[in-house]
Amino acid sequence: MIKTAAKKFYVFLIFLFLYAPIATLIVLSFNASKTRAKWGGFTTRWYVSLFRNDAIMNALLNTLTIALIASLTATVIGTIACIAIINMKKKSRAIWMGITNIPMLNADIVTGISLMLLFLSLGLKFGYGTILLSHITFCIPYVILSVMPRMKQFNTSTYEAALDLGAGPVYSFFKVVLPDILPGVLSGFLMAFTMSLDDFIITHFTKGAGVDTLSTKIYTEVKKGIKPEMYALSTLIFVTVLILLLLINKAPADKKQKA
Amino acid sequence: MNKKLIDLQHITKSFDGQMILDDLNLYIRENEFLTLLGPSGCGKTTTLRILGGFETPDQGHVIFDDQDITKLPPNKRQLNTVFQKYALFTHMTIAENIAFGLKIKNKSKSYINDKIAYALKLVNLEGYGSRMPDSLSGGQQQRIAIARAIVNEPKVLLLDEPLGALDLKLRQDMQYELIRLKNELGITFIYVTHDQEEALTMSDTIVVMNQGYIQQIGSPEKIYNEPENAFVADFIGDSNIIGGTMIEDKLVEILSARFPCVDTGFGTNRPVDVVIRPEDVILSSPANGRLTGTVTHLIFKGVHYEMEVTTPDGYEWLVHSTGMYPVGTQVGIDVDPFNIQIMHKPASEDEEAVKIDE
Ligand SMILES: Nc1ncnc2c1ncn2[C@@H]1O[C@H](COP(=O)(O)OP(=O)(O)OP(=O)(O)O)[C@@H](O)[C@H]1O
Ligand SMILES: [Mg+2]
Repeated sequence: MIKTAAKKFYVFLIFLFLYAPIATLIVLSFNASKTRAKWGGFTTRWYVSLFRNDAIMNALLNTLTIALIASLTATVIGTIACIAIINMKKKSRAIWMGITNIPMLNADIVTGISLMLLFLSLGLKFGYGTILLSHITFCIPYVILSVMPRMKQFNTSTYEAALDLGAGPVYSFFKVVLPDILPGVLSGFLMAFTMSLDDFIITHFTKGAGVDTLSTKIYTEVKKGIKPEMYALSTLIFVTVLILLLLINKAPADKKQKA
Repeated sequence: MNKKLIDLQHITKSFDGQMILDDLNLYIRENEFLTLLGPSGCGKTTTLRILGGFETPDQGHVIFDDQDITKLPPNKRQLNTVFQKYALFTHMTIAENIAFGLKIKNKSKSYINDKIAYALKLVNLEGYGSRMPDSLSGGQQQRIAIARAIVNEPKVLLLDEPLGALDLKLRQDMQYELIRLKNELGITFIYVTHDQEEALTMSDTIVVMNQGYIQQIGSPEKIYNEPENAFVADFIGDSNIIGGTMIEDKLVEILSARFPCVDTGFGTNRPVDVVIRPEDVILSSPANGRLTGTVTHLIFKGVHYEMEVTTPDGYEWLVHSTGMYPVGTQVGIDVDPFNIQIMHKPASEDEEAVKIDE
């Protein structure tokens, strides 16, 4: 009896540690009082003023379009890369998987700085385009990571059967291969989208003056002094990412139940 | 004789430096049911994949209807394959699976629907059109794979161990069904199996392969009754393969007893391999046999008894007989001259490839 109570208390502590900061954030975002010290009643005022703020809305638009374009592009490139990797011999396949995994383990700051240096040496103009390029780059490994297991499960003779029945390679891919690996592609896309949405460090190093995504916008705003609108904004980002993560986890589970 | 439809000329193929097919030559006539038979890993699937266009040979040519199709991609070839694993499109219904090839050829809707109905009837699966593949049993899926291939009216159907995953009863039913299909449709069948009984039952021509070499090509009767070497004899059913000496034409010495036979042209006092089928061994009382031995094993097999008779020199004869001799009985062994098959012993290194792995 005491033991189970202790267990429950322990789990409670863990969750408290994990979620107390976020809970605080969410509570404060609905706090009518401007100071953090006291509760001034419930309000959605900060959310309203957030949506009236052009600079923030602009950053939101950037964030969303970059996340969308980057994750779509990364999904296409990553899926094509998977096709190439699966057709390699075992040895080179292992090597390539290693190569694509490294950027994921790399510290963001290293990736950010190296991309910045690369763009500098190429003489690119820093701005929306460089952010987009860097996001595509760091998203590709996540797509490969999630498509590859599906690709390995795929029975190549179904693809050959399609060819055998007269279909061209491209038609066969879309008709036969893609439906089979689609769960992997979708979760890869969602993962890439989340990563892009979430990113601060790499964006920070590859953005130019005047262009901001939500995360860099929050960073500059907070430096000027914390406004409650930022709590509201952070809460929204948290909720969005949470929903995306739930979607990612749900996609493969569905497939398994059917099989 | 029908004309040659496919001609494989000097096909050589290796994977990772390992030779899988070495200078393979083989032709297939129109309307023939040809079976590639051989142990696992001998290159049957590889040969079929070269025919289907999924592998390119390192050397040699694939001639189809007098045209060189060696480099032609699979989707341009007039043959269809039934794969070793069924390879149905799992996210399409059975009807959509069958319609796949026809849609690509832009056939009309009514034509396609007719064909689906016809094909399902042919494989005895009427009414299954709207089901999904994974709701069908292995045998049913295999029949759908066959239906999907034949609606395209290919000139040649390639089948890679299509019955391998089925149980005995279903396999026999499917064997009859395939023969019926072949006769009804007039398609040339190239069939791969490692089951010798299946090969004997279904084929017009059997090609026995081992380690990438063709061992013998011939009709089932020829392959069974006159195997050209010890490998073929051993692979096609149980056999007694005994080392012997050809004393002269029509006389062979086996285990120091002389047997009259019908083979000639082996020279005199030459070492040879002798094949005697278990059902051709005649057991009698010791006085009536050319050799005597003791029954050491006895199993009832239904149609016949299977016995092992050990002769004094230690050779164990496999005998199938409707007569029963209890274990321990002394028996005489004799063989009809017509049932003694003499084969050359492999001498050169090239011939070593035909040796049986014991
Ligand atoms: N893509 C490949 N890469 C490397 N080796 C291969 C490849 N395909 C086949 N092989 C090798 O070629 C040899 C012959 O293979 P194949 O599939 O033709 O045999 P098989 O006669 O069909 O055997 P089974 O009865 O087991 O199907 C095997 O040793 C196999 O390992
Ligand atoms: Mg095979």
